[in-house]
Amino acid sequence: MQTVTKQNDSNRSWLQTHKWLVIRRISQISIFTLFLLGPLANIWVIKGNLSSSLIFDVIPLTDPYIIIQSLFAGQSLTNTAIIGALIISLFYILVGGRVYCSWVCPINIATDSASWLRKRFNIKSNSLFPRNTRYWLLAITFLIAFITGTLAWELINPVTLVQRGIIYGLWTSAFILLAVFLFDLLISRDAWCGHICPVGAFYSLFGRLGLIRVSAFQRDNCDDCMDCFVVCPEEHVIKPALRGANNNLGPLILEINCTNCGRCIDVCDKEVFKFTHRFNSKIISNNSDNQGSSQ
Amino acid sequence: MSSRTPQTNTSRRRFLTETARTVCGVSLLGLSIGFYSNNARSLPATSLRPPGALDEKDFLAACIRCGLCVRDCPYDMLKLADIVDQAATGTPFFEARKAPCEMCEDIPCIAACPTNALNKSLTNIDNARMGLAVLIDQETCLNFQGLRCDVCHRVCPLINEAITLEPQHNTRSGKHALFIPIVHSDKCTGCGKCERACVLEEAAIKVLPISLAKGELGEHYRWGWKEKEKAGESLVTPDVTHQYNLPEGLKYDHAGEGLKKE
Repeated sequence: MQTVTKQNDSNRSWLQTHKWLVIRRISQISIFTLFLLGPLANIWVIKGNLSSSLIFDVIPLTDPYIIIQSLFAGQSLTNTAIIGALIISLFYILVGGRVYCSWVCPINIATDSASWLRKRFNIKSNSLFPRNTRYWLLAITFLIAFITGTLAWELINPVTLVQRGIIYGLWTSAFILLAVFLFDLLISRDAWCGHICPVGAFYSLFGRLGLIRVSAFQRDNCDDCMDCFVVCPEEHVIKPALRGANNNLGPLILEINCTNCGRCIDVCDKEVFKFTHRFNSKIISNNSDNQGSSQ
Repeated sequence: MSSRTPQTNTSRRRFLTETARTVCGVSLLGLSIGFYSNNARSLPATSLRPPGALDEKDFLAACIRCGLCVRDCPYDMLKLADIVDQAATGTPFFEARKAPCEMCEDIPCIAACPTNALNKSLTNIDNARMGLAVLIDQETCLNFQGLRCDVCHRVCPLINEAITLEPQHNTRSGKHALFIPIVHSDKCTGCGKCERACVLEEAAIKVLPISLAKGELGEHYRWGWKEKEKAGESLVTPDVTHQYNLPEGLKYDHAGEGLKKE
């Protein structure tokens, strides 16, 4: 974890080693551009924000997490909200729950940058939060909604604050992004997205069913360079898939907190990983220089 | 009793301390958000909610802060609260003095709301109750000084219903009338046009939340004359026609002549 790891002997181009990163950034930025096209250029493809929106003034999309908070706060749901939340839920069941985190959420660009700068400048200060903090916080957000009878968490939720701030030009709210960035950069590694954020925790629950998954399908090629563990923001998800041969685990990464960001695919010179679907657990072993066993 | 190796003991202890630490930290955070949310509930008197908004407490539970009402307002007078605003973060509001509600007949903000935060059962904008106009400063209101400003009355979308002008004697000049603007709470929608239009430096008429603007009778209280009308007669003591005990042959004339012979 000390330095940026070697892009060693590989002769892959920058684009090849950053393919998914580039596609992901394009996805994150274009989603926000679509939201901004309305207010800035009067082109209304999508209106609202990630809490609730309308596509072409017809298709409703609603964040199931905020709707459930509203239920806990004692409100009943409208049909629009239910339909919108169902569409979003089905989508994330299809693509994998935490795809929200790495492909949609704008906070991710800031926390990724913090993580990258940490490695770059060798920032070691790190106060540790357990990974399950986010699930405790998720429970607390429902609890305070129930006790206060309001969407209390949404008063300070950096995820919605920043999105809303950017889309509606509320600059103080958007500024919270800087706070999250600095926290991740200076205080705790991958703290927000990887340990604390209850929004991510909520979306991870869809990951139990997520159809699109990363598979370590050529794990026999792995030369234990550890690059994927260093680059992964949720490094605990890789081990069972990559090293699980003896325990009959893998090669699919089924852990719900895998965000399908594709960094492991990008970073691996041995092309161990690829995107596939949940039912494809095929392993390809092309005995180039390995001594591992396939099954 | 199962045998415990020192190793499982340590890991159990570590698990327990770590969990306790997380739970404590997260609960403290939850507690402070809870207290903060209590403060955030006090909407400033100058911030008004869009038409059809539920009571503030329910509104803060039902509004998911998507801003679709803001987007669909054709006059762009609704704003979402920034984190520095006093209204709860992300919720829609407007300030009458800056930009009042234009009272669209189709109420697009309510149609846009994906939840119940803006009540869909409000279909006639005249029945909206965003607040209540109050002529709050009689000392500066021009009409109270005997001038014919009348601006609040004339801009009122429900002119002569929500605001009427009631003539009174002008004691200052002795020979003129004061036309006093009176707001009627059964008609006023709280749109804020009067506050916006008030010609003073600081408006003399202001739209306030109804909870601030309205008094409320004790539930036991009855207006005597209304009860009398309902019952057809006084409920307390029977009505007796007044009798003057005048010397015989005299009567009292109420029209101004006073005592006179019959």
